Amino acid sequence: MESVLGYIFSVEFIVAILRMSTPLILCSMGVLLVRNSGVVCIAFESMMLAAALGGVLGSAYSQNLVVGLLCGIAMSVVFAMLFGFFVLVLKANNMLVSLALNTLGSGGTVFILFAFTGDRGSSTSLQSLQFPVINIPVIEDIPILGSILSGHNLLTYVAILSVPVVYIILMKTPLGLRIRAVGENENAAESLGTSAMKTRFIALFIAGIFAGLAGMYMSMAYVVAFTRDMIAGRGFIAIAAQNLGGFMPVPTFIWALVFGASNAIANAFQAIQMPPEFLQMFPYVATVVGLLLVGMNINHQEKKKTQEIEKKSRLADAAHGGNG
Amino acid sequence: MEQEYEYVLSMQNITKIYKDGFVANKNIDFSVRKGDIHGLVGENGAGKSTLMKVLFGQEPPETGKIFFKGQEVSIGSPLAALKLGIGMVHQHFMLVPSLTVAENMVFGMEPTKGGIFNYKEAVRLTEEVARKYGLPIDPNMKIRDLYVGQKQRVEILKMLLRNVEVLILDEPTAVLTPQETEELFVQLVKLKEQGYTIIFISHKLNEIKQICDRLTVLRDGCSIQTVDVDSVTEQDISQMMVGRNAVNSIVKTPPKPGNVKLRVERLNYFNSFGKQVLKNVSFRVRSGEILGVAGIEGNGQREISEMISGIDSIQSGEILVNGDSVKGKSVREIREMGVAHISEDRMTYGAAAEASIEQNLISDRFYKKEYQHGQILNKKVIQSRAKELIQSFTIKCDGGEAPVKTLSGGNIQKVVAAREFSQAPHHVMVANQPTRGIDVGASELIREKLIALRDAGSAVLLISADMGELREVSDSLIVLCNGRIVAYFETLDQLSENELGEYMLGLKEQTPEEIARCCK
Amino acid sequence: MNKTKKIEALFFVIRDICAIGIALLISLALIFAVSQDGWGAFRLFILGPLQTVSRMGYIVEKMIPLMFTGVGVCLMVRCGQMNMSSEGAFYLGGVACAAAAIYLPLPAGVHPLVCMIFAGVVGALACSVTAVLHTKFHALTIVTSLMMNYICLYIGQYFINHPMWDVASGYQASYKYTESALLPRLFSRTNIHAGLFFAIAVVIFGHILLEKSTFGYRIKMVGTNPRFAKYSGINVTATIIICELIGGFLAGFGGAVEQLGMYKRFEYSGLSGHGFDGVMIAVIAGNNPKYIPLAALFLAYVRVGAEAMARMSDVPPELVSIVQSVVIMLVVAEKFLAGWKHRVIAKESMKDLALTEVK
Repeated sequence: MESVLGYIFSVEFIVAILRMSTPLILCSMGVLLVRNSGVVCIAFESMMLAAALGGVLGSAYSQNLVVGLLCGIAMSVVFAMLFGFFVLVLKANNMLVSLALNTLGSGGTVFILFAFTGDRGSSTSLQSLQFPVINIPVIEDIPILGSILSGHNLLTYVAILSVPVVYIILMKTPLGLRIRAVGENENAAESLGTSAMKTRFIALFIAGIFAGLAGMYMSMAYVVAFTRDMIAGRGFIAIAAQNLGGFMPVPTFIWALVFGASNAIANAFQAIQMPPEFLQMFPYVATVVGLLLVGMNINHQEKKKTQEIEKKSRLADAAHGGNG
Repeated sequence: MEQEYEYVLSMQNITKIYKDGFVANKNIDFSVRKGDIHGLVGENGAGKSTLMKVLFGQEPPETGKIFFKGQEVSIGSPLAALKLGIGMVHQHFMLVPSLTVAENMVFGMEPTKGGIFNYKEAVRLTEEVARKYGLPIDPNMKIRDLYVGQKQRVEILKMLLRNVEVLILDEPTAVLTPQETEELFVQLVKLKEQGYTIIFISHKLNEIKQICDRLTVLRDGCSIQTVDVDSVTEQDISQMMVGRNAVNSIVKTPPKPGNVKLRVERLNYFNSFGKQVLKNVSFRVRSGEILGVAGIEGNGQREISEMISGIDSIQSGEILVNGDSVKGKSVREIREMGVAHISEDRMTYGAAAEASIEQNLISDRFYKKEYQHGQILNKKVIQSRAKELIQSFTIKCDGGEAPVKTLSGGNIQKVVAAREFSQAPHHVMVANQPTRGIDVGASELIREKLIALRDAGSAVLLISADMGELREVSDSLIVLCNGRIVAYFETLDQLSENELGEYMLGLKEQTPEEIARCCK
Repeated sequence: MNKTKKIEALFFVIRDICAIGIALLISLALIFAVSQDGWGAFRLFILGPLQTVSRMGYIVEKMIPLMFTGVGVCLMVRCGQMNMSSEGAFYLGGVACAAAAIYLPLPAGVHPLVCMIFAGVVGALACSVTAVLHTKFHALTIVTSLMMNYICLYIGQYFINHPMWDVASGYQASYKYTESALLPRLFSRTNIHAGLFFAIAVVIFGHILLEKSTFGYRIKMVGTNPRFAKYSGINVTATIIICELIGGFLAGFGGAVEQLGMYKRFEYSGLSGHGFDGVMIAVIAGNNPKYIPLAALFLAYVRVGAEAMARMSDVPPELVSIVQSVVIMLVVAEKFLAGWKHRVIAKESMKDLALTEVK
């Protein structure tokens, strides 16, 4: 137990949190944009998976990281656009399309992987590339702070940066204004000539890029290969992070960190004799508990409000009673 | 090159048929002179809103031409209408509540600086246009924190910022207090003086008389006449709107009030925004009596009906049905006490659109013994009861299995009414806007049934925004204004519509003693 | 039945056939893209399932568990709930059943029933978490239910990998089930087992519950318009929770039937996918239990075809998930073929109009 506590208060633990949180942060920023435009999409799992494969194949065959990056993003954007086409244009149920896309992602990636490598399990036979680790000069030499701030994967920095970027997009640009307006009152936006469909497609497109980066982090940084179903529910956890964080980037970011941390804690407990199944279960339990806590808080607030209103109402009654 | 034209706007031969086959506009001609305030009047469902939606590019017409400043134009979208210079202020505001006034104002034409939204410029633009037209507003306020009148002002400013020349206002006063209405009229006259053309939709004749230059009357989707306002009286307009002499077509015997069946005592209600919607409301309804509730919409009517029927819970005060409190009871328990309820919102609460007529007719009674064998629904009984109800309410449909969504509005309301009127036991009927937005035939049927219900001994609470209906059907009447009862009339023989209007607008109020008679 | 309803029923069939046709065309293209012998592989895919008796039996074997989860999902969807926990409920039900089949000393006949009911209860519990979180704590059903699937998986794995692990098996599998718990085989040369009767019973149960019973009426009213249900005096929350408990019970029950009919010991290494398949076939069946066997037949047929193809050619069986997702997306796309439907309905009502005018 002591070793676990020691670990939790160590620099390695903070580094582990960032490592585990990176894909969640990136993906949840995409979820956030789409959610703000008034669309509930749960196909992020498939977007991440597709990008994870796209990046591996692209970089392996071109031996060029930029080509790999573009391939990965293209794959996830294709999934985002498919979602948009079916849900926004053909008016299909968003949940069922998401589910179908997740099935397509899970089976389709294996199909493509097999077509390219003859292997249905993983891409270990390919020489795929990885995103570089960035050491920041000067800062990396500072004790403790250096190892917290420096030496992370490029995509981890991108993930951290994505939070202010999404904040600026949402709150400070005309596009963000339109995304929020379309999400809140579609008719108002349409009455002034802003197409809700177009705005939502743009939001999905950007979200596809974020989900793509998140997916590639899994196969080109976290590990360096594609294995089937390697996203393992991270797309869903990112959705839960947004669900709990509401419509703003910073709370969403914090929840993504919390879920990343629960992953890191699970790893820490490996030191003591804990069955690995419980460790693997931990992030999902954390998500459910998170949902429960937020729900309890909402209930509490509502109850308080109702009580206040009832009190006010009784006072009003008493006042009238006094007069009459 | 300025062309000569008599009318700034002219719609010719407009026909609009909706997908379900409903003909909303039939060969309508409608022309507006520049600089006029032009009234467009008609009863609910006469086709006013549809015609304006066609003009604003929201509904494509089947036939017809639109001329703007003498040129034929085609208006395919709201944006196209705005570009031409036609703006519309909808009944339901087209505003985004969580954004500020300035953000709503510039929406779709946002000023930017280096790709970033220039909020300061948006504020400046808002202030500029507000100053120019003398319509002050705080650009930094969030829409959700504004009063209704202020929201409407933002809507008008939004249009002015887009340089419109013709401004359509769809029932702008329906949601306003009398003061706000007066203020709006001052603003509209100002705009008129600056050369703007305004189309003013309403069914309130006094307003039309007060502010309009000319008016067009629509009835049943046809344009009846366009006249100068000064040349006609309110009675003339009313006759044109209704198309027949508005005599009481319903034969009604004098009421024979019996015991008190519904007693409402000192209801106070605060909504979720903390606003007090009901203030110490007390009244009673006796068996064999129809008590009308008059008042501008949103003055607490919905809250009263939802508390009686148990959809909303009572905050303070008491509601008694045959002497038993409904407090803490579920909707089903209250229904079993004999309370039926026609909701004002038939598609949200009154009916399940996807379900069949039969299924809609049993939603409050399916669990009763007569409707099931064990846990299985008794299809035969359900079908035969449905058949009876379809006949006695003359519901036009393709059999009881037809989904409710395939019916017209009037027939859907008949389905709702058929269920609520046939509830057993039946002691209290809360009818909230039972005939709103439906055709004349269905309305008359429902009114007749209300009277029949009264004669059978039920207590009827009739909430309506339709003064004619209240005068025709009610035996006695209370008037709600700002959540308070401001008047009670034991009989309606002496009550004129004008007087009723004054009470509704809060210009007049009875003494507490007079009002207290409604609790005796 | 009125005309519009007839057209809609016809449309329902034609839409499904079109969707399946398009999906098969896409799969044909994909097979040609990856295979040396495209036609051979495609023929195996389409005709393979009918070529041997054991494959035909295999279709029925695959249909059995799908009918349980399919009916369960139908009920939940008709109540307006997108609860995906069937997946976890099916898995955990299987684990619970394994425990009962291994440890309970019961006589044949009673033993499988006890296993199945125990599994059903566990499945209902798995779904209830989502139901309660949704109805009482405002949580998004879809997110919680997906999380619950992983939680069910790891709870199950813990039991299989530790207390119930049979080291002698040589891999991660439980002890062998007691003979008395197993479901008997029905036909020689196939593995079709007595679970088939339960599956058929469940379909009938689902149909009666939804279309004939009082509770089914409640489910439908809550699903189509919850506010209307509340206004009419129906207890919405209770209806949703009970409905999801039934859905979970059926999934868990199905998990048990699958274990006792097809396996000698618990050997799943992960989630089996039956719950998600249940959603798929519920969609194809229009959430109507009586069409579930047909939809299950389709999916089972495609699966068996793909497996035959994968064994005997160079096309991976994941082709199925592509076919599946294309079918689902087309079936749920409201606008897909909608123009055609409107034209037919409009034409019919014009005819009616003309007829009434003649009269």
